[in-house]
Amino acid sequence: MKPGEKWIGRCSRAVRSISTNLVFIQEPLFRLILVFSTNSLGMRMRIWKIPDQVIRLAILIVIALAVLIVVRLQFIPASFGEIGHYRADALKEEAALTLHYAGMQACVMCHDDIGMIKAASYHRNLACESCHGPSLEHVDDPGEFSPVVVTGRTLCVRCHGYLASRPTGFPQIIEAIHNPMAPCTECHDPHDPTPPEVPEDCSACHAEIARTKAVSHHWSLSCETCHEAAPEHRQSPRAFLPKKPTEREFCGQCHGQGSQRSASAPRVDLSEHGGRYLCWQCHYPHHPEGR
Amino acid sequence: MPKDWKRREFLAKFIKLPCAAMVFGVGAAGDGEAAEEGPYQAEDHLYAMGIQVDRCIGCGLCAEACKNENDVLKEPFFFRTWIERYSIRVDGEVDVDSPGGGIGGFPPLAEGSEVMRSFFVPKLCNQCDKPPCVQVCPVGATFKTEDGVILVDESYCIGCRYCVQACPYGARYIDPRTLTADKCTFCYHRIIKGLQPACVEVCPTQTRVFGELGRRSSPLHRMKRQSSIQVLKPAMNTEPKVLYSNLDGEVR
Repeated sequence: MKPGEKWIGRCSRAVRSISTNLVFIQEPLFRLILVFSTNSLGMRMRIWKIPDQVIRLAILIVIALAVLIVVRLQFIPASFGEIGHYRADALKEEAALTLHYAGMQACVMCHDDIGMIKAASYHRNLACESCHGPSLEHVDDPGEFSPVVVTGRTLCVRCHGYLASRPTGFPQIIEAIHNPMAPCTECHDPHDPTPPEVPEDCSACHAEIARTKAVSHHWSLSCETCHEAAPEHRQSPRAFLPKKPTEREFCGQCHGQGSQRSASAPRVDLSEHGGRYLCWQCHYPHHPEGR
Repeated sequence: MPKDWKRREFLAKFIKLPCAAMVFGVGAAGDGEAAEEGPYQAEDHLYAMGIQVDRCIGCGLCAEACKNENDVLKEPFFFRTWIERYSIRVDGEVDVDSPGGGIGGFPPLAEGSEVMRSFFVPKLCNQCDKPPCVQVCPVGATFKTEDGVILVDESYCIGCRYCVQACPYGARYIDPRTLTADKCTFCYHRIIKGLQPACVEVCPTQTRVFGELGRRSSPLHRMKRQSSIQVLKPAMNTEPKVLYSNLDGEVR
């Protein structure tokens, strides 16, 4: 037998079985029509009954539909599908989240003086909260909550420290050699960060000393604190030499035991420490912690 | 009758329009948003973000502000936005690093590596117009709003992670506190109040530009006009709404 003939045989068998099954479905229908037609003719006949299995199936379907409706009402949120295939209330929940950043406009409502200065400076596009941190609480209750006041060098260097990947032209410093001991705010006003004119008074000639001093604990002392120089020293340096401290008591003004100045300066008892030597004979004043 | 209502609405708008133009046209010329009054209408907006790559200095303030604003876990594995540093070496090899998402700043480039060019690329959810993550969500917990933002319904998400897998940009993560998916929302709670997203607010160099597509008064419109615009992975056909300008060809 060819494969084609096999298929024809199968198909004809299937058609035969369907037609025999159809008889069972058709027969009650014929009977129903018969009932109605005979009734209309005025003949009393037994009304045809729906088979039990059909009734059972119908009951099952009705229960399944009821369960489906209940489950849908119970488990699908009320707002689901209002806008799209999602819960519309989720938008309201998202919109109700707490804010933390107030935005620059809220800041300059009160701090308009700083806002004016900043608006004319290089930092005009820098938001207040970039440095001062999220401050909506401060806007709501200025007395209770204060924004961060930046000190030190870490935050400024985060933007202005040198990185090769940063765009060309962006102002950058090498942190280790750019006045390493000084906090940035010592020389730069963050609200108007125009680079200050570097005073080249002494460092113009004594640059090496100036650089050494800049990394020492004496970075904040100006040269004039210890060296009294006549103005003529600039014109003829060797004819008018600046003075150096000649007494131990000069250093003792800060480092003596009774000193009221700079709390961070180490204290010594001048009567016991160092004997007959002057301070700078052992300690190099431009880099006192050096060995 | 609905038909009558439409006509009445139309007439009301027809009368209001010249009045509004007179009131706002003088004071806020060119600022279309000022004319908006009343409750927020989502269908009037289509939000998008521009990123001017050649301005990014890699300070990481945006990633930090995002975590502050949106209560993202502080551990360095959970980011709604982060910054990548691309270093393209002379031999053509591309190194990408993002230590802590860029929040703590970047270390100097490794000594001795011959880097031809290097730059920072901020990344975030691209708020695709054809979002693969929404397509795969089996329960409808992630969805696209009428204003174009893709959001996650935290209380409806079942945490199946299909969306994390589906996102071509790696923008999603599972929040271990709720075990649900989480991602950038464009700070939806801020933008519908007229504020900028936190990352845009704190960006010191205006790398990030927030605006609306199809609105001439939006700053995004100016950026689109002035620079060549690319998107990430255009071949994925996701149609992102985060537009990068002057993007290097090596960025993926």
